[in-house]
Amino acid sequence: MDAKTLYDAADHFLLKYTGLSLIKGLVLVVITLLHVAYATYAERKVIGRMQQRIGPNRVGPRGLLQPIADVLKLLTKEDITPDCVDRPVFMIAPFISLVAGATSLAVIPIWQNFVVANVNCALLVILALSSLSSFGVILAGWGSNSRYSFLGGLRASAQVISYEIAMALALVGVMMLAGSLNLIDIVKAQINSPFKMFAIPQIIGFFVFMVAAIAETNRTPFDLPEAESELVAGYFVEYSAMRFALFYLAEYFGMIVMSMVAVICFLGGWYGPFPIPGIPFFWFLVKLYFLIFFYIWVRATLPRYRYDQVMGLGWKILIPLALLNIVITGLIKVLA
Amino acid sequence: MQISVSLQYLPILLVAGIVFIIGVAMVTINKFLSVKRPYPEKRVAYECGLPPTGQPRHRFSIKFYAIAILFVVFDVEAVFLYPWAVTFDQIGLFAYVEMVIFIILLLVAYFYAWIRGAFQWE
Repeated sequence: MDAKTLYDAADHFLLKYTGLSLIKGLVLVVITLLHVAYATYAERKVIGRMQQRIGPNRVGPRGLLQPIADVLKLLTKEDITPDCVDRPVFMIAPFISLVAGATSLAVIPIWQNFVVANVNCALLVILALSSLSSFGVILAGWGSNSRYSFLGGLRASAQVISYEIAMALALVGVMMLAGSLNLIDIVKAQINSPFKMFAIPQIIGFFVFMVAAIAETNRTPFDLPEAESELVAGYFVEYSAMRFALFYLAEYFGMIVMSMVAVICFLGGWYGPFPIPGIPFFWFLVKLYFLIFFYIWVRATLPRYRYDQVMGLGWKILIPLALLNIVITGLIKVLA
Repeated sequence: MQISVSLQYLPILLVAGIVFIIGVAMVTINKFLSVKRPYPEKRVAYECGLPPTGQPRHRFSIKFYAIAILFVVFDVEAVFLYPWAVTFDQIGLFAYVEMVIFIILLLVAYFYAWIRGAFQWE
């Protein structure tokens, strides 16, 4: 084989590889986008039932077309940019939020043969991107040049970085048990654990991770950045129409990505009590839907915390618990 | 064919691009479909319906700076812990004791910050 054939082969391979990843990524993003749309519907319906209401029921059978109606309404809304804003920052902030929130999907394996980017440092990529998403919030709060946005952005950034530490430390226990940062390896390492999941030996880590994940995505009971009774809507007060919707999309993407990470790191990914023939990712979806339901359930149950309570919980309880979890996990592994 | 490490990360960039294009597309469609009736009151920053007074970016609590600095300290600690955790099986007891000492040293600083009231919001 001469150099030219080799070069052509490599070139052909690169083209094929890029095209294949592009198709995989597109499929994953579009399917997740549908999940996001119907997560809003499920949220309204479930919270409605929990509060003895019916929830949306006018658009389509049982209100099933409600998310589509919402999108169409948002598309025809006026996009207002106030005069006082810092335009470039104001324009770019929702995109930073959205891209940082949704790109983590690329490294998440739905089952062992479907992952867009099978990289060794997958968990690190996810943590890095979740750090980046706080820039969207900070820039939106700063660029809007409005009092409520500024206070909301300030609160949000302090809260997000505090819980980021708790989340990063909670995942260390998983890395110790799996000995890898690759998410496929982490799932495969769980097959010998009780119930094929790390949630039992890593019960403290799982608890810390779930609380931190709810706080990271700014959802009730930690939705202080957008506490509507004090801050109107927090950092996105000045946004309207589709730019406002991008922040909402980012929040729901974040919620779904965090649930996926929890399923993979703590709940055994695609392994289940028995295999379902034909649908290898069946158990992954079941666990994912349960966690999304859990998020909604928490929102319908708990009242909002005060700001000092949020910061106190993060710094005085979750971080020491996560460190304790690391020490205990190490001790058990050294003794065993 | 074996994929080189830098190529493994290419799909992440591609997915970021896809998401960005979807976002831009939605904002652009919005631009064409939306009604546009701006008037001066609409283009003022929201402050409960009154004209905004004073500087919106006023001075804020020193606590936020303290939290940001503590975040850097703990995040660097987390970064130190990752390679240790991944190779835990190979390095054994000695590395475990070392890391416990490291965590204890950090806890000293942590409790110092706690006593000095870094986590106290009132």
